[in-house]
Parts: sequence; C-alpha cells; structure tokens
Amino acid sequence: MTVKELAEKFNYRIVNTPDSINRQVTGAYACDLLSHAMAKINEGDTWVTVHTNLNVVAVASLTNCACVIIPENIEIENQTIERANDKGVVFLSSSKSAALICYEIINAIKDVR
Amino acid sequence: MGTVVRDYMIPANDFTVAGEASSRVRKILTQLGVSPDIVKRTSIAMYEAEINAVIHGNGGNAHVEIDENKIYIRISDEGPGIPDLELAMQEGYSTAPDSIREMGFGAGMGLSNIKKNADILDIQTEVNKGTTVNITVFFNRP
Repeated sequence: MTVKELAEKFNYRIVNTPDSINRQVTGAYACDLLSHAMAKINEGDTWVTVHTNLNVVAVASLTNCACVIIPENIEIENQTIERANDKGVVFLSSSKSAALICYEIINAIKDVR
Repeated sequence: MGTVVRDYMIPANDFTVAGEASSRVRKILTQLGVSPDIVKRTSIAMYEAEINAVIHGNGGNAHVEIDENKIYIRISDEGPGIPDLELAMQEGYSTAPDSIREMGFGAGMGLSNIKKNADILDIQTEVNKGTTVNITVFFNRP
C-alpha cells in the first residue's frame, strides 16, 4: 500500500505532495523522542509524532521513512512544510490519536501482506 | 575509488539547517552504493554528533573522509566542553534546556546512540575549549 492509498483509506489529510507520496508503506512507528526515533525508525515506516518542528523533517529524511503522520490535528509549522517539500518528505495529518493511527496502519498493511 | 573528503559548517542553535551535513553525507554514501545498514548507522551517529554541536557546542565543523574501507567523521566545536565525560555518556543524562527538550531532544541518548553505531568512537573534550567527536564506521566490520 502506498502513502497516498493509506491516506485515502483512512481519511488522513495530505499536507504536501512530493513524489514520495507513491512510496510503499512497510511499517508503522510512533515516538516523540527524536534520538529514539532516529535510531529505531525503519525505512518505509510511517512515523507518527506530535512534534511539528524542522527537526522532524531532518529525522524523517535521514531515516528514509515513508511519511510523517501528525495526530490529533496538531497544527504543522509552515517552515516545516516548506522544508518537507525541499526534502521530499510527505506529511499527513489526522484527528485520530497516535495509537489509533498505528493500529489502523498495522492492520492495513497486514491485510495487504 | 579515491578518498572522498567533505567539510561542513555547523551553525550554532540554527535548526533550519541542523542535520544538513548528515543528510549530505547520507546521500554520498547511498550514491557510492554503501550497504543500507552502514548508511543507517553512520547517519544516526553523525546526526547525533551534529545536533550536539548545534545545541551544546555553539556550532562547529564536520570533516568527513570516505575511502573504500570506512567513513571517518570528525565533529569539532569550540563550545563549553564536557566536564564529566563518563557521566555524559550515560544513557538518560542530559544537560539540554527545556527549550531543546520541547523540540524532542534532550533524552540523553545522543552520545550513547553514537557509541552504539560507531565502530570506533573517540571523544576529546576540554572545559572552556571545546569538544571533538571522532567517529569511524567500517564498511566491512574488522
């Protein structure tokens, strides 16, 4: 399942649309400690975090995660979206909690496998 | 392949470019066809050292050398230095201020993340002089 398909399936808002929106999602990860996320995110994971600062883009880019998902409609800083466009990092946003988002994604990719 | 040498400036407290040096090195390693596991370990170690220089070191420099066997990274700053390196190496110990913690840093995992992912880690530090972090990652573990 691609990032775009995932967003459409669960009604996540697509914040920006770099080419990587067509990447395959292979896992889900949630963590708000950046050092922990940096060390543990696997390539292809969706990363759910409440942080919306510029460092999220750097960590997403360095870990090559599939996309970043911001839960609970937390507002995303404009400079973060601009940087995400530069780096080709997709941001999604949802009214749901981090836990529910991970639950949905893990179930969805399990079905596909 | 010859040795690839790169130098990057790391500006102090500027999160608009924090991680940029690590990002560029990641790109070079990927282009050189280095295995994803090594790219990941190098990225983690370098990013943590780079962020430390941004947050604690008043900025600094990154010097990178890549040859056929390894990548060597030297991150140096002229910041306050680390008074007790053994304590600083302990996971969970952090001196980061609240403003930094609010961004998601300051978990006290930076140095231990570097240690876990580097094959060789050498830290030279002197109070009021600065800190130099030397990281080596071998492409084939010796």
